Amino acid sequence: MKKYTDQGSKDTRSGFGAGMTELGRRNPRVVALCADLVGSLKIQEFIDENPERFFQVGIAEANMMGIAAGLTIGGYIPFTGTFANFSTGRVYDQIRQSIAYSGKNVKICASHAGLTLGEDGATHQILEDIGLMKMLPGMTVINPCDYNQTKAATIAIAEHKGPVYLRFGRPKVPNFTPEDQEFEIGKAILLQEGNDVTIVATGHLVWQALEAAENLESQGVSAEVINIHTIKPLDAEAIIRSVKKTGCLVSAEEHNYYGGLGESIARTLTTHHPTPQEFIATDDTFGESGTPEQLMEKYGLNNKAIEQAVLEVIKRKA
Amino acid sequence: MAKPHELQDLVVQVRRDILRMVHKVNSGHPGGSLGCSEFFVALYNEIMELKDGFDMDGIGEDIFVLSNGHISPVFYSVLSRRGYFPIEELSTFRLINSRLQGHPATHEGLPGVRIAAGSLGQGMSVAVGAALAKKLNKDPHLIYSLHGDGELQEGQNWEAIMFAAGKGVDNLIATIDRNGQQIDGSTQDVMPLGDIGAKFEAFGWDVMHIENGNDLNQVIEGLRKAKTRTGKGKPVCIVMKTEMGNGVDFMMHTHAWHGKAPSDEQLATALAQNPETLGDY
Repeated sequence: MKKYTDQGSKDTRSGFGAGMTELGRRNPRVVALCADLVGSLKIQEFIDENPERFFQVGIAEANMMGIAAGLTIGGYIPFTGTFANFSTGRVYDQIRQSIAYSGKNVKICASHAGLTLGEDGATHQILEDIGLMKMLPGMTVINPCDYNQTKAATIAIAEHKGPVYLRFGRPKVPNFTPEDQEFEIGKAILLQEGNDVTIVATGHLVWQALEAAENLESQGVSAEVINIHTIKPLDAEAIIRSVKKTGCLVSAEEHNYYGGLGESIARTLTTHHPTPQEFIATDDTFGESGTPEQLMEKYGLNNKAIEQAVLEVIKRKA
Repeated sequence: MAKPHELQDLVVQVRRDILRMVHKVNSGHPGGSLGCSEFFVALYNEIMELKDGFDMDGIGEDIFVLSNGHISPVFYSVLSRRGYFPIEELSTFRLINSRLQGHPATHEGLPGVRIAAGSLGQGMSVAVGAALAKKLNKDPHLIYSLHGDGELQEGQNWEAIMFAAGKGVDNLIATIDRNGQQIDGSTQDVMPLGDIGAKFEAFGWDVMHIENGNDLNQVIEGLRKAKTRTGKGKPVCIVMKTEMGNGVDFMMHTHAWHGKAPSDEQLATALAQNPETLGDY
């Protein structure tokens, strides 16, 4: 079994900030916009180094999306920054018409996604954003798992032509993927090989999936762990290849099961290779205030919940 | 520069295009389109500096952003007659597999269109973004935009209006089509807009007025004057009074023709009031 070590916990939003700093240095067409959340999005260094390429729009997210669309007319690559809730639900029609339908090369970068935003509570904890964004034709949806992967993803999406939704979070989480990784949009990463079950996880749930796999091994269950950082387009081939071997699957995400990664996987499986699946996701509910750990425990989004789901799904194998 | 009577001929021909386009598919928005014929003709033939051909980035030329996308008939007619695409293509308006969608879209690659519009209130932000890109590119050309008056009821406009003034976006000329009508009635009855010019001024814009937006000379003079007022630290707003349905007597002084096509008989009457000038498509 492969061993992963936390190189020192960091927040994924800082990975985004570090990626922006690097992009600022290497790509003069990259511009950044922010709706009064510079500190939260960790982009101060980009602003200090490229003041003329930064636009503070104030608390006006709809306007930010429209301005970003306009900046592409002239050849710029705008990166918008605010919380995930204000990056999606609040501005859905602006994204739909001015960005997605218009085919604009805008990168919608969304921090504080999901329950792990914590104490601010449900007004800010969006659990519907992946669904909203993946439904838009032509939108790429990415949810990296740690600091290094978020940094690499931020840099990679500048090279991709077309709208992208990049989702990351607030709390410090283990940083375990390689610092020098190449980020390939749409390519799943096989983290752990196993034979009895496939665990497909995205975002903060990837580390939890690795911990679950380790615990399961001591119970004699061999779990394969796949990191899906790109929810759309989904690497269907990697998933099908794995379930052909293991015969069952658990999907894990910090999102409502309606509209999430799990649903995309289920569609893939029912179409190509029907397979028993269990879902680790929130159950059609809003969040609430609490610490990230308490919330992930209460809403069943941690390593223990994944382990339980694995034991359930294995029973359902034909 | 075209001779004045040639431009007036073009206005009449554009009206014919609009009427025939919406009549053929029995749908579309003739009222606001007719009211803005002079504005579009002036803008594309007398005011904007345009390159040959079309590319999305529009570097080295003026750019137009249409926010009230439902007046697509006048936009399409003027674009085609300016050479962006074949005039015959106007006959495909709103038909399946056409590049001339009900509301303008970039999706089908129609030359001259840089942003989708239809869901109202989004164009001001897009125009501001395009203006910022011009500044970053050190391109001295201007952004022109058009907005319906009723459309100003959408809150996103005011976010963009605040931004443009606050951040000194002075390479933008936004024109408000003040026809006083919207789908459900007059703007005064549906949702009073108050003094639009005073509102823009209060936000920090340089505001001008065109008293008769259906007088071609007034429109040309107004736009020329607006041009001289750019580059002075403030975005420029033109409040332009127009008559919805202008040029067709039974379509004027009412909101009834906002989104309704004429019958065969009505079309004949309307076309008789606007005899063919440059040739129908």
